[in-house]
Amino acid sequence: MLYREAGDFSTTYPQDSQTFPIRFDRYRYYFVLVVAVFVMPFVMNDYLVNSIFLPFLIYAIAAIGLNILTGYCGQVSLGTGGFMAVGAYACYKLMTAFPDVNIFFHVIIAGGITALVGTAFGLPSLRIKGFYLAVATLAAQFFLVWLFNKVAWFYNYSASGQINAPERTVFGIEVTGPNTEAWATYLFCLVFTIGAAIVARNLTRGSVGRQWMAIRDMDIAAEIIGVNPLKAKLTAFAVSSFFVGISGALFFAVYLGAVEVGEVFGIQKSFLVLFMIIIGGLGSIFGAFAGAAFLVVLPVLLKLVGVDLMGWPTDIVAHFQLVIVGGLIIMFLILEPHGIAQLWRVAKEKLRLWPFPH
Amino acid sequence: MKMKIATWATAAMMAASPVMADLVFPSLSYRTGPYAAGGIPFADGYADYFTMLNERDGGIGGVMANVLECETGYNTEKGVECYESTKGAGALVYQPLSTGITYQLIPKATADDIPIHSMGYGRTSAANGAVFSHVFNYPANYWNGASGAINYLMSQGDIAGKKIALVYHNSAYGKEPIRTLEELSKKHGFELMLVAVDHPGQEQKSQWLQIRRERPDNVIMYGWGVMNQVAVQEAANIRFPMENFIGIWWSGSENDVLPAGDAANGYKALTFHGVGSDFPVFDDIKTHVVDKGLAAGSGDQIGTVLYNRGLYAAMLAAEAAKTAQGIHGTADITPAMMRDGMEALEITEAKMTELGLPGFGPSFNVSCENHGGNGLVGVTQWDASAKTWSLISEFSESDMDVIQPLIDEDSAAYAAESGIEAGC
Repeated sequence: MLYREAGDFSTTYPQDSQTFPIRFDRYRYYFVLVVAVFVMPFVMNDYLVNSIFLPFLIYAIAAIGLNILTGYCGQVSLGTGGFMAVGAYACYKLMTAFPDVNIFFHVIIAGGITALVGTAFGLPSLRIKGFYLAVATLAAQFFLVWLFNKVAWFYNYSASGQINAPERTVFGIEVTGPNTEAWATYLFCLVFTIGAAIVARNLTRGSVGRQWMAIRDMDIAAEIIGVNPLKAKLTAFAVSSFFVGISGALFFAVYLGAVEVGEVFGIQKSFLVLFMIIIGGLGSIFGAFAGAAFLVVLPVLLKLVGVDLMGWPTDIVAHFQLVIVGGLIIMFLILEPHGIAQLWRVAKEKLRLWPFPH
Repeated sequence: MKMKIATWATAAMMAASPVMADLVFPSLSYRTGPYAAGGIPFADGYADYFTMLNERDGGIGGVMANVLECETGYNTEKGVECYESTKGAGALVYQPLSTGITYQLIPKATADDIPIHSMGYGRTSAANGAVFSHVFNYPANYWNGASGAINYLMSQGDIAGKKIALVYHNSAYGKEPIRTLEELSKKHGFELMLVAVDHPGQEQKSQWLQIRRERPDNVIMYGWGVMNQVAVQEAANIRFPMENFIGIWWSGSENDVLPAGDAANGYKALTFHGVGSDFPVFDDIKTHVVDKGLAAGSGDQIGTVLYNRGLYAAMLAAEAAKTAQGIHGTADITPAMMRDGMEALEITEAKMTELGLPGFGPSFNVSCENHGGNGLVGVTQWDASAKTWSLISEFSESDMDVIQPLIDEDSAAYAAESGIEAGC
C-alpha cells in the first residue's frame, strides 16, 4: 500500500537494471540527496558538523570500504585503522610537499597510495583465509602505526610526532585548517561520500562485484567457474583500501586537523569500523551508512540526553554509553545478524503488503 | 532521519545552554578509560575550587562561576565534540589535561578567540606568546621539567659519562622532552637512552628488560595513566633503585606508587607546586564544599597530588578572571577579555598567602612574550610507609640557555607552517 510497485513498469533493460528500480525508492533517494546537498548546508553549525556530520560522513566512507572487502569479498580485515593512517599521512605529505595542488586531488591520490599499500598487505589473502587472514591484517595495523610513529620523515621531523593540517582551499573557500566554515567542510566531505557510495554501488552490481561475491560464497567453486581469485581478492583489497584511505585523509585533514597516529588510528578504530558494518549489515552499501550513523550518533545522543537533559554525572553517562552500545551490539547480533540493512529490507517487504498481510 | 537528529541536537543544546551571566569554565575531564586515575582527582580539584569560590565569595567579582564538565576519555575525537558543545556556552578558558587534545585545540581556539591554559603539558613552545597568542602554559612546561630533572641529578653528583634513560609515553606528550634532553646530553656529556612505551602502557616487560640489560644510572619517566603504575612496579621487579628513578609531574601521584606498595619507597617525581593538604585553603574547601555535600566526584581525593594540581589550575584561572575583570572594568567577561587577563596575570607570594596557599607555587608574571612563567621545578619523594609525598628540594630555575633557543625554533616553525606573523 504505502510502498508498492504496482503500475511501476519497466519497458527497457536499463530501466530494469538501475540502482533503484522501484519508483518510490528512487524518489526517496533523490529526496535524501537534495536535502543533504541543498538544505543541510544552511542549517549546519560548528557543533552539528564537528560532532555528528563530519564523523558520520567520513566513517561512512570507511565503512563502505571495509564492506567491500569484508561484506562483499568475504576477507576479514582488522587493518582499517592502519590503512586510514596511510591515507592521513599520505595526504599530509602531499599537502606539505605540493602546497599548490588542490586538496581535492591530494585526497584522491592519498586514496590511491593507500590502495597500493592495501594491495601489498592483501597478498597473504591468497594463501590464508578467515581468522588467519584477520591476524595478518592485524599485523598490518600494528606495523603501520609503528611505522608512522617511528620514521620521522612521515611527520616532517616535528618534535612531537604530530601532523597538523595546513590551510587549504577549494574554489577559494577554506576546507582545512582552523578558520573553516561548517558548511564548507560538510559539503567537501559530502562530495566524497556520495562519490564513494555511487562508485561502490555500481562496482558491486557489476562483474567485479559478482566475482567478489562468488569468492565470498565459496572460493573453490568460484575458481572452477572461472573467477580468478588473485584478481578478485586483490581488486577487493585495492578498492577497499582506496575508500579507507580517502576516509583517513578526510579524517585527518578536514575533521581533526591534528593527528597522533597511535591514538587516532589505533586498533580501536579498526574494531569501530568493523562494528559499523556488522551492525549496519554486511554486503550492503546502505548498511555502511546505517552502521556509521548508529555508532556516531548514538553516543552523542546518549550524552545529550544523559548529561545535558538529565544532569547526570559525566562518568556515569560515559559508562552507561559503553553498556548501552555494547548491549545493542549483542542484541543486534542475536536478533538480526544481518544488521540494520536487513531490518530495512524486512520493513520494505511488510510495507509492500500493508495493510493486507497476505 | 538526518533532520530529526539535527532538531534533536539543537533542542538539546538550547535546553542545555546555561544562563549567560555565569562565568563558564569548561572542564574537559576524563573519569573513564586508562587515564581516569589521573583525570578524576584533577577534575575534582578543579570543580571544588570554583564551588568554594561560589559558596564563600559568591563567585568571582560577584559573578557565579559555572564549571561545565564534559567527558573526553582522553580521546581526541570526544575532545573535539566537547569543545564544540561547550564553546557556545561562553567558555572562558579550556584546560583539556591532554597534550593530544591541546594540539587539536590550539588552532581552533585561536580562531575562535578563546584562550587555552595547558598547565605543565601541551605544546611547550606555546610559551612564546608572540606566536601562540591564545595558548598559555605557565608556570612550567615539559622542557623545564626535563632540564629540572637533569639539574637535580647534577646536584646529586657529576653526571658526565653517565647513562640516563628516558622512558616515555609514545605520543606527542612523551616525545616532547627528547630534543631538550638531547641538547642537555651534549652540554653535560651524559649518554641518553630512549625507551618508548606505547599507549596505554599496560605491557612494559620488554622495555624494563632492556633497562635491566643496559643498566642506566638514572631513569627519567614521562608517563601518564596506567603506564605509571606499571612502570613503577616493573622497576621494582627488576630491582632498579627507586631513588634513581624520577618521573615528570604527571608520573608522580599517589595512584602511581600505591600499587607497588613498599617497593615504591624512594621514588621521585618533579613538581611545580606544593604537596599535601597543609594549607589554609583546604579548611575553606572543607567548610564550604565538603561539609555542605557539594564535593565533586566521590570527594575522596582531597589533598592528593593531582587534586592539588586541579585546584591550582582553577586558582590560576580564577585569578586571571579577576585580573581580566580589573582590566576591562566589567564583571561579566568574555573569552577575549579572559585572554587579556591571563596575559597580565601576576602571581606574588603575598597574593598566594591571601588566597590561603602560602608557598604553594612560585611567584611569576605572564607577559605577551612569555606565556610560560618562569619554569621553577622542585622534586618530591614518595615515602611508602607514611604514604606521603614530600618536597626534597627547593623550586629552582631550569636551564633556559638550552630551552629558550628550542622554544624559539619550534614556535618559528609553527608560525611558518600556519602563516602566523609573530609579534606582540
